[in-house]
Amino acid sequence: MTCTDSDLAELAKRAESIRETVIEMLVAAKSGHTAGSLGMADIFSAFYFHIINHNPQDPDWEGRDRLILSNGHICPVRYAAMAQAGYFPVEECFTLRKFGSRLQGHPERLRLPGLETTSGPLGDGLPQAAGIATAFRMNGTKQRVYCVMGDGEQDEGIIWEAVMFAGKNKLHNLTAVMDRNNIQIDGMTEDVMPLEPIAEKYRAFNWHVLEVNGNDIYAFITAVEEAKAIYEKPTLIIAHTIPGKGVPDIEFDYHWHGKSPTVEEGKKFLKEIRTLGGRVPHEYA
Amino acid sequence: MLNAGAHLGVKVFADDIPKAPTRDGFGLGTVEIAKTNPRIIVLCADLAESTRAEWFQKEFPERFIEMGIAEQNMAAFAAGMALAGKIPYIASYAAFSPGRNYEQIRTTIALNRVPVKVCGMHAGVSVGPDGATHQMLEDIGMMRMLPGMTVIVPGDAEEARKAVIAAAAIDGPVYIRFGRAATPVFTTTETPFQAGKALILFDSETPRVAILSTGTQSYAALEAAHALSRGGMESIVLHVPTVKPLDAEAVLEIARRVGRIITVEEHQVAGGFGSAVAEFLAENHPVPIHRIGVTDQFGQSGEPEQLLTHYGLDASHIEEAAKIFVANSMKL
Repeated sequence: MTCTDSDLAELAKRAESIRETVIEMLVAAKSGHTAGSLGMADIFSAFYFHIINHNPQDPDWEGRDRLILSNGHICPVRYAAMAQAGYFPVEECFTLRKFGSRLQGHPERLRLPGLETTSGPLGDGLPQAAGIATAFRMNGTKQRVYCVMGDGEQDEGIIWEAVMFAGKNKLHNLTAVMDRNNIQIDGMTEDVMPLEPIAEKYRAFNWHVLEVNGNDIYAFITAVEEAKAIYEKPTLIIAHTIPGKGVPDIEFDYHWHGKSPTVEEGKKFLKEIRTLGGRVPHEYA
Repeated sequence: MLNAGAHLGVKVFADDIPKAPTRDGFGLGTVEIAKTNPRIIVLCADLAESTRAEWFQKEFPERFIEMGIAEQNMAAFAAGMALAGKIPYIASYAAFSPGRNYEQIRTTIALNRVPVKVCGMHAGVSVGPDGATHQMLEDIGMMRMLPGMTVIVPGDAEEARKAVIAAAAIDGPVYIRFGRAATPVFTTTETPFQAGKALILFDSETPRVAILSTGTQSYAALEAAHALSRGGMESIVLHVPTVKPLDAEAVLEIARRVGRIITVEEHQVAGGFGSAVAEFLAENHPVPIHRIGVTDQFGQSGEPEQLLTHYGLDASHIEEAAKIFVANSMKL
């Protein structure tokens, strides 16, 4: 899969637009998870507009790749990307978390076609992704399975059960992406429950591990391409992202893990996103 | 008298009635259904021999998955397989599945409404010497609370085989409960089984009490009814293998006919089968109810029959309880 400079410019623009939608929908919802959603906008732009083989007009198309979101709480970024990809009208994003909405506070497969599964309770995504990957391999189909997960959720024991299984069974059609933004609800991951050396841990479980700047779309796409070429192991891409990316006011601040901007804050954040083009100030230096 | 329509075995009241553990029905049923249904997968968590998943493994090694001692992963992994079109049966001891992996069953299987068949083995005190940690007595309650979950507790190994086969045709999650001990096989291949349907095993035109039972306790209920009848008290035994959805029509009809209900199960009385019956009748046709089961306590080590006797689940306890219940409820 080639990725030209103009593709990258498009994807960056799309990520900015996803960030705008995320801010707008969180302001409207009055609750939700801001930091992780903004931090993962570049990766979701890459997934929905470049990487995965899918058809928004036919969400149940059997031949599609599967994108499992394990840390369901960052669903605003997935909803925003899906809406922009054409799964549903962008206006519907503003029903997020409201009564009767298909856009539940945590994603529910049966309510919204294209979600692939129901998620939120942490740790459950990776085993489901491994189950899908195993079924694909049994069927002899070439589809790939991607699983986005948080770094905080690595605390869950079930993650390591799934990591062991995927390593043992050499699930090369499975690529996991860890949003390594170093924050969780009670603070920094290394304070709450240290994960490092996380790459070495996965390698010890027979995974191929790559580390990239998760806010660098080209680097991420390159890593995904490399994962496809690894036939002996599942791959983990540790995507180092900036929580709150694109809004300098809240970047790196774990307090923004689980809260949404007020109307006033929303206006300010949108302005920041538009001014900076999704980049943080030091990137200009 | 025995209900002829139930086609029970000719040796139903004989000392040499054939015995087999209901878990055998899991092994036989999965092998049988997999022959015609390529979507069937069996997963197990390091208990292939004792769950009888091994029987499937021998026939269909390519459709058997060993998960290691990881019940949470097994449940969520099975949900993933179901999302990709498979019909996975996950086998472990009920104490661990659903005992340990309830959240994964709730979120990834029930809320996701995928056709994973959760097969809980070694349920009840009749596990025997392993003791309380392994004697699951809360699983029926846990599972029947989950929206959309079908809950089946087969009465013997033959019915377990039928239930395993029937579960594949249910487009959604199913919990099937199995036991470790060899118990009387009182049904036959001719005995009707349909998910959601209860079956009268023992009938009378002048019943004083109706015994509603689920699982292997239905044989004890049958023995109790036989003994009561010889002692001059007639009763009805309604075997209710599907706890959810409850066969409302059959339960209501019995309650109207008899007006005095005993429930029997190898499970806590709180939240289990008896509770399901009591909840339903309290709202639809209130009658005196006496629930037999384990009463807010854990099991312990011992031989299965010793334990069933200790916890008041054997035929003679049911018989005595019926006499007392009838006498007491006459005074009301």
